[in-house]
Amino acid sequence: MTATSRERILAKIRTSLGRNGEDETRRDTVAERLSAHHKGIIPKRGQLSGKDLIDLFCKMAEGVQASVARISSPDEVPAAVSDYLRSKNLSQQVRMGADARLAAMPWKDQPNLEVMQGRAEGSEEAGVSHAFAGIAETGTLVLTSGNDNPTTINFLPEHHIAVVNAADLSGDMEAVWAKVRGKYGEGTMPRTVNLVTGPSRSADIEQTLLLGAHGPRALHVIVVEEG
Amino acid sequence: MEIKSPTFKNNSAEALKDVNLQKALGKVRTGFIEKRAQAADALPEFEDLRDRARDIKDHVLDHLDLYLERYTEKVEAAGGHVHWAETAEDARNQIMEICRRLNARTVTKGKSMITEEIGLNEFFEQNGVTPVETDLGEYIIQLRGEHPSHIIAPAVHVTKDQVEEDFRRAHTQFDPKRNLDEPTTLLGEARAVLRQKYFDADVGITGANFLIAETGTSIIVTNEGNGDLTQTLPKAHIVVASIEKIVPTLEDVSQILRVLARSATGQDMSVYTTFSTGPKRDDDPDGPGEYHVILLDNGRSSMLGSDYQDMLRCIRCGACMNHCPVYHAVGGHAYGWVYPGPMGAVLTPSLIGVDQSGHLPNASTFCGRCEAVCPMRIPLPKMMRHWREREFERNLNSATARYGLGVWAYFAKRPSLYQFMTGLGMRTLGLLGRTKGRFKGLPLAGGWTKYRDLPAPEGKTFQQQWAERQKAKRKEAA
Repeated sequence: MTATSRERILAKIRTSLGRNGEDETRRDTVAERLSAHHKGIIPKRGQLSGKDLIDLFCKMAEGVQASVARISSPDEVPAAVSDYLRSKNLSQQVRMGADARLAAMPWKDQPNLEVMQGRAEGSEEAGVSHAFAGIAETGTLVLTSGNDNPTTINFLPEHHIAVVNAADLSGDMEAVWAKVRGKYGEGTMPRTVNLVTGPSRSADIEQTLLLGAHGPRALHVIVVEEG
Repeated sequence: MEIKSPTFKNNSAEALKDVNLQKALGKVRTGFIEKRAQAADALPEFEDLRDRARDIKDHVLDHLDLYLERYTEKVEAAGGHVHWAETAEDARNQIMEICRRLNARTVTKGKSMITEEIGLNEFFEQNGVTPVETDLGEYIIQLRGEHPSHIIAPAVHVTKDQVEEDFRRAHTQFDPKRNLDEPTTLLGEARAVLRQKYFDADVGITGANFLIAETGTSIIVTNEGNGDLTQTLPKAHIVVASIEKIVPTLEDVSQILRVLARSATGQDMSVYTTFSTGPKRDDDPDGPGEYHVILLDNGRSSMLGSDYQDMLRCIRCGACMNHCPVYHAVGGHAYGWVYPGPMGAVLTPSLIGVDQSGHLPNASTFCGRCEAVCPMRIPLPKMMRHWREREFERNLNSATARYGLGVWAYFAKRPSLYQFMTGLGMRTLGLLGRTKGRFKGLPLAGGWTKYRDLPAPEGKTFQQQWAERQKAKRKEAA
C-alpha cells in the first residue's frame, strides 16, 4: 500500500525534526498543553471589576467607532433599539434570531417596531443580536452562531445592534474561553465565534480609513447593567 | 504565478522610475510605522507578549506532527474534512475536485496569501471557474490584473486616481459621468458590486491566520467583514492553510492575537476575528453546508530543523516590510514573487530555491529594523546572511561579486595592510572631496552615486578613530 499524503507529510516533519511520532514524552507534553489551558500574560488594562470594567468596555468600544447605550434592565432594550433607529433615520424594523433573552423582552411595547425573525437575507437595514460576552480590554463583542443569533445578522444588515449583559463582560479574551468551555464542553466550539471590535472598515485606498466596507456600516452596543 | 525574482535588479530600477508607485509608497514610510509604535507603546506588556508568542510557536514547531494529528481529529469530529497537500499542485487539484463536485461556477475569496502561493486564481480561470476577490485591496488588483504588493495591504502601490480609472473601466453598469472623487464613494461602489457576488458564489475560499489544535478551529482576522460573508453564504467553505499555522489552545492564540493587529495596522484588535469549526449544524439557519481544510506543506516541512525554522513562526503581519528601507524604495512587486520585504527575502528562497531568488536576501541594508519590530522575534537579518552564505557556497553570485569579495578577503585577512590601505583611501577621498564635501560620481561606485551623492570622508577611518579614543581613555584613566 502506498503512503497517503498525510503520512508522507508527517514523516517529513518527523525526519526534519529528528523526532519519533511514538515518543511518549512528546505525546505527554502535547496532551498536557492541550488540557492545561495556560493563560500566559494577561494585560493589566482589563483587570478591573464592577463599574470600572463596564466603563472600560464602553470606552474601548467607542474608541473603535462603535456607539454605546447603557441601560439598567433588559426591559428597556426594545425602547433603546427603537431610539437608535429613530436617531439614524432608519425604518422601525429589525431582524433577529430566536435568542430566549431577546424573546423575553417587551417588544410589543414598541407598536411601531417590526421584529422579523430568522437569519438575515441581505436587504435589512438593522439586525439585533445578543452577545455571548464582551471583552473590556479591547471593547470587543463575542457572538456565537446558532438559531439564537444567526451569523448573517452580524454581517449583512447596514446597522448591527448588539445587546450585551454587563455581567457577561470580562477583562480579557482568555476569561471568555473558560466560559465557552463551560457552555459547549472541553475542546468543542460553536460553529462560529465572532469577535467583533467596532464596525466594518477598510484602509485599502491610500491608507485612508473608511467605515462600512462589507460588513455593517455602524455598530451599536447596548449594555444592560442590571442590579 | 510567474517568478520574476531573478530580475530583481531590473524590477527595482523600474520601480524607482515609477511615479505613481513612488507616490503611493510615500504613505507606507510614515503611516504604518507611527500606528504600530503608538499601539505597542500603549500596552506595557507588549514586549513580554512578543516573547510569549515566540515561545508558543517554537513549542508548536517542535511538536508539529502531533498537533497536526490532533487538529485533524477535531476538524473531523466537527464534521469537517482535512485534505493534506504536499505541493501547490496537490492543493489546486483538491480544491478543484470540491468545486467540480458542487458544480461551482463562481468562487468568492477572502484575502489569502497562500492562494497566491499556489496560483489558485489562474488555475480557476483555466478551468472555467470565476474567482472573485472580495477584500477591497485584492478586488482592486484583480481588476488591474496584478498580484498583491504587500501581504496585508495588497493594493498599497495603487493611488486613488488609479482606482477610479479601474472602477470606471470595470463597472460599466453605472453612469459614466458619476462622481468618484471621494475614496468613500469608491468603497461604496465596491461594496454594492461585491454584495451580490457573495450570494452568487457556490464556494467561498479563505486562508487562515491560525488553526487551533485543541478545537479543530480555523481563524481569520479581517477589518472589512468580507471573509465572513465569503465563508458564511456559499454551499461550501474551503480553508487553505499551511501546516505551520497551528497553535495549541484558544489561550495561546489569544496571546498571539495581541501582537498581530498591533504590529500590522496599529489596532489593538482587528475588527473581525472569526473562529470557525466545521460546517453548518442541525439548528443553524445559516453557514456553509460543507467545511474543508486544505493543509499545505509546499516545502515547509524541510525548513524544520534547518537554519530557516524560525521563519515558520511568521504570522504575516507585514511589520518587517512596513519598516524596511528597501521595501520603501522599490515596493513589493520588485521582489518578483508572492512574499515581499524581509520576510519574503527569507521565505522565498526556501520555497522556490535560492538559485531563483538569490537577489532577495541581498536586498537588505542589514539595518535590523525588521527584526526589531517582528512580533515573533524572527532573526530576519541572520537568516538573510545564511542565504548569502548558501549562495556563495553554491557559486551562484556574479563573477564581479565573487571577485570583489575575494579582493576584500585578501585585505581583511591582513589587518595591518587593510588598515594602511583604507587609511590611504580615506585620506585621498577626503582630500579630493574637500571643496564640495560630496561626490556626484566615483569609479566602481556608479550604482551608488546614480541615486545620491557620496559624502566625502572626513579623513580618518573608523578603526583609526576607535584607536585614538581608546588611547585617550587609557590616558584619562592613568
